Amino acid sequence: MPPRFLIRFHDFNMHTKTLTQLARDLKAHKLSSEELTRAYLARIEHFNPELNAFITVLRQQALTTARAADACIRKGDAGPLTGLPIAHKDIFCTQGVKTSCGSKMLDNFISPYDATVVERLNKAGTVMLGKTNMDEFAMGSSSETSFYGPVKNPWDPTRVPGGSSGGSAAAVAARLAPAATGTDTGGSVRQPAALTGLTGIKPTYGRVSRYGMIAFASSLDQAGVITCTAEDAAMLMNVIAGFDERDSTSVDRPVPDYVAALDQPLKGLRIGLPKEFFDPGLDTRVGDAVHAALSIYKKLGAAVRDISLPNFPLSVPTYYVVAPAEASSNLSRFDGVRYGHRCENPVDLMDLYTRSRGEGFGAEVKRRIMTGTYVLSAGYYDAYYLKAQKTRTLIRGDFLEAFKQVDLIMGPTAPTPAFKLGEKTDDPVTMYLNDIYANGVNLAGLPGLSIPMGFVDGLPVGLQIIGNYFDEARLLATAHQYQRETDWHTRIPQGYE
Amino acid sequence: MSLTPDDVRTIARLARLAVSEQDIPRYANNLSRILDFVAQLDKADTTSVAPMAHPLDMSQRLREDAVTESGQRELFQKNAPQVEAGLYLVPKVIE
Repeated sequence: MPPRFLIRFHDFNMHTKTLTQLARDLKAHKLSSEELTRAYLARIEHFNPELNAFITVLRQQALTTARAADACIRKGDAGPLTGLPIAHKDIFCTQGVKTSCGSKMLDNFISPYDATVVERLNKAGTVMLGKTNMDEFAMGSSSETSFYGPVKNPWDPTRVPGGSSGGSAAAVAARLAPAATGTDTGGSVRQPAALTGLTGIKPTYGRVSRYGMIAFASSLDQAGVITCTAEDAAMLMNVIAGFDERDSTSVDRPVPDYVAALDQPLKGLRIGLPKEFFDPGLDTRVGDAVHAALSIYKKLGAAVRDISLPNFPLSVPTYYVVAPAEASSNLSRFDGVRYGHRCENPVDLMDLYTRSRGEGFGAEVKRRIMTGTYVLSAGYYDAYYLKAQKTRTLIRGDFLEAFKQVDLIMGPTAPTPAFKLGEKTDDPVTMYLNDIYANGVNLAGLPGLSIPMGFVDGLPVGLQIIGNYFDEARLLATAHQYQRETDWHTRIPQGYE
Repeated sequence: MSLTPDDVRTIARLARLAVSEQDIPRYANNLSRILDFVAQLDKADTTSVAPMAHPLDMSQRLREDAVTESGQRELFQKNAPQVEAGLYLVPKVIE
């Protein structure tokens, strides 16, 4: 016998609605934030044991926030997001709440402060349902490296939801939350969104504050959101984007109204199709889906032309020098002294450091720290790190050249639909190659977005749209207008309807 | 590029990571595979290419040299494994 609220929830089909529709219903007093929050909490309680999408569920805190939101709505001082439930990736610091980053290292860490993204969304009146599971320290493409166990894909529980924001993606795909935050260092928002049939945006580097977002690779990390539609993503971007003096690489530049810009016409839009995206690693059925999506854009008045990003094939090897190098430096803060895991009975300081870190970090994190340590070490720095910084320049240069001819670049988000759990865990390089179309966008610092564009073997696949710097409004509008012509984004996995 | 077990021990020591002896061959294997993979960068001609450290051409922002944070030692030390009288405790360093 399901709980009472689950029944009412299904009667009203609230969970099949988008964030935008729910916002409208809240404003029209068709439902309360408390009802909505209880309903999502009931769904989490019911479905999370099979999906493992959440690390922490904040039942009492969520209900308290929801009641406060309802009071705001009654008084008429509600904003566009007041009372809407949301889940946060466990990489974002949340005051007074465990923030584990998917690691044993931070299993006991209660954050003393809020990340800027969380602070802004709290201030906007959203209701935090809980913290979502992820690859440990965001290092992975399958959400299998979490200390808390792997996340399952709601479209097929024998498959991965992608990663590293796999908990956020699985939660939204199964409608355990209407939206979730994520972070994208090399595809970690876009690839899980693609593998679970959702919309995911990685803004321009510096557009959203990194303050309070646990650092992986500081020159690549960027916060984003995973939602059902581009319209929902625009709503959240209106709140999270913008300058923050607490992030030294935050960009002080006006933020457009992304929702208002959703209907800008696509007529005359120039779309570039890079030939390097259609490599032998691409499942041809995914390639066919890209072409089908492009035909819709042509119908909407866009022009598609072939382009080349000759250095794009260097992006994964470049990424796997730059990202581990930065990670090895960032993760040196975990020393067993000030916070995080500490080993039992250390004999001296060296023993304290090495055993605390050896026990606190999982295998993939250790591999990346060691790779980074190696490429930065004396005698190898020039051959690896300096070389990768130069190939990074080449990769960005290709994009800048392309954006002289086209407004947007399109291609697949990932080469295949979701793969099986355990399928790629033996060989790290095989796993890394799943982000072959994603890594380059982070290296260049450009904004990228993934939207559902069809199914292969019953599994969703994603279209990647890459824009020029700070062109998020155009990305979202382009995605939104595709979603008005198609219904891929409305599909809900069987068993979660 | 093939790393020996001794190379892995050296890297682990530099990275302050305790790695068990039985895991060393697996890390040697994995890390060699990763280094072989990134070695394809060698083929790229980067003569006269400037290295890129950061995606945006911006300089480090400066701020007023003013106190903006209040002391929150007790709050922060709640997460510490071992503290005493406001100090973080570690094994004895100086004899």
